[in-house]
Amino acid sequence: MALDGLDQRRSRERRWRSASDLERPRGPRRSVAVALVLACVTLMTLDQQTDPVVEPARRALGEVIGPVEVGASALLRPFVSIPDWFRSHGDLRGEIDALEAENARLRSQVSTADYDRNRLAEYDGLTRAASDLGYALVPARVVGLGPSQSFSATVTIDAGSEAGLRADMTVVNNDGLVGRVLRVTRTTATVLLAIDPESVVGGRIGSSMEIGFLHGRGALGDEARLDLELLDEAVVPGSGDAVVTWGSRNGAPYVSGIPVGEVTAVFSNVRDSSQRAVVRPYVDFASLDVVGVVVPSGSESDRAVIEADGSMR
Amino acid sequence: MTLVRALVAFVGAVLALVLQMTFFSHLSWAGVVPNLCLLLVVGAGLVRGAEFAMVLGFVAGLMLDLAPPADHLAGRWALALVVVGYVAGRVRQDVRPTAVSVVATVAACSFVGTSVFALTGLVLRDPVLGVGELLQVIGIALVWDVLLTPFVLPLVMGAFRRLQPNRVPA
Repeated sequence: MALDGLDQRRSRERRWRSASDLERPRGPRRSVAVALVLACVTLMTLDQQTDPVVEPARRALGEVIGPVEVGASALLRPFVSIPDWFRSHGDLRGEIDALEAENARLRSQVSTADYDRNRLAEYDGLTRAASDLGYALVPARVVGLGPSQSFSATVTIDAGSEAGLRADMTVVNNDGLVGRVLRVTRTTATVLLAIDPESVVGGRIGSSMEIGFLHGRGALGDEARLDLELLDEAVVPGSGDAVVTWGSRNGAPYVSGIPVGEVTAVFSNVRDSSQRAVVRPYVDFASLDVVGVVVPSGSESDRAVIEADGSMR
Repeated sequence: MTLVRALVAFVGAVLALVLQMTFFSHLSWAGVVPNLCLLLVVGAGLVRGAEFAMVLGFVAGLMLDLAPPADHLAGRWALALVVVGYVAGRVRQDVRPTAVSVVATVAACSFVGTSVFALTGLVLRDPVLGVGELLQVIGIALVWDVLLTPFVLPLVMGAFRRLQPNRVPA
């Protein structure tokens, strides 16, 4: 009996030992672990330098991964649009009601604001002739979206230096300002969205022409918001005021007069009597697809360019 | 064999990265997508141990840091996934992992990985975001990763197990 027990224990021991013999030593070697962590820290330090050391690596990887992203997104496009076909009758009916209501509201606005509109059109034509003349749009599609886990809002578009793009160009879509080009590879470009926490856009309130800075908050979708800090602290922006870009010299990184969004709320700081307005962007950043990149008129491109007068070239 | 294994792991990382950027961005929940690279590293850690997973985590993280839409400081995801590789490799070394332990490991690793990434951002002042937003993103990412576990982890672990030279298949 006792012998039996001993035998059993011995065999169990043997089994245990043989199992552990088969098992490779699985703990990481300390040297490897330290080397990997040091490599990460070194990279972070290098990337914080003002002169970019990591930039060539980013570009090289972009040249390889970029086309793969373009191809994958072209492959996936038909499948991704499937859910749209299955939207229910009720959804569509609701949408029609909402559109009709909006139509009626817009029609009434237009009829009452005829005079304002005419006057504005004149000014508009003037400013456009003065500043906007000589810009054209390169159309592009969004092929990759940076995940929110990275706490930054960036996308890849399928146009690069071959399409005439360079860093610090303005990106728009038919609703308004999308962002600016950060870096380009031959076939793709990385765009920093206006809602990124690190994005700062010079903004101007359409009604009062006051200028300020728009900071992104990082959230996408319905709760995407920008914070507007006005330079003149005495000005109180009204709710519903439209905000357009103020523009920089030579149109880099932002050209002027691009609609950004409308003011939804205003907070005043009691301590330093400054105003902070919350701006809801016109662009739906969660469902970006076709965008246009503002390029100088007549620039070389590998695709059709939409010229300033609306013609294709 | 080692070369083949490294190559397969690398191709897996590229595939995970591209799927994450292009396909899952259409299904994103508040912009958060399932972190396939993290799932790959967890699978590698559970099957092949910490050292392999840490090296794979470094490579996959580096690609996440440098591939086109990324704009944060390079090395942040690399560090996060190296830590994930270590954690996944140290869990349950003695027995073959069960379904429950795999899901628990993924949940823990997702939390640790996204948190390490967020913390390096706070320390280096890379994006200045509130703690509430950070926690929300970490939570959503955790749910996504756990949801995707039954589809991705068996595939990844099966592939790594098949490529293991010195163990008799059970």
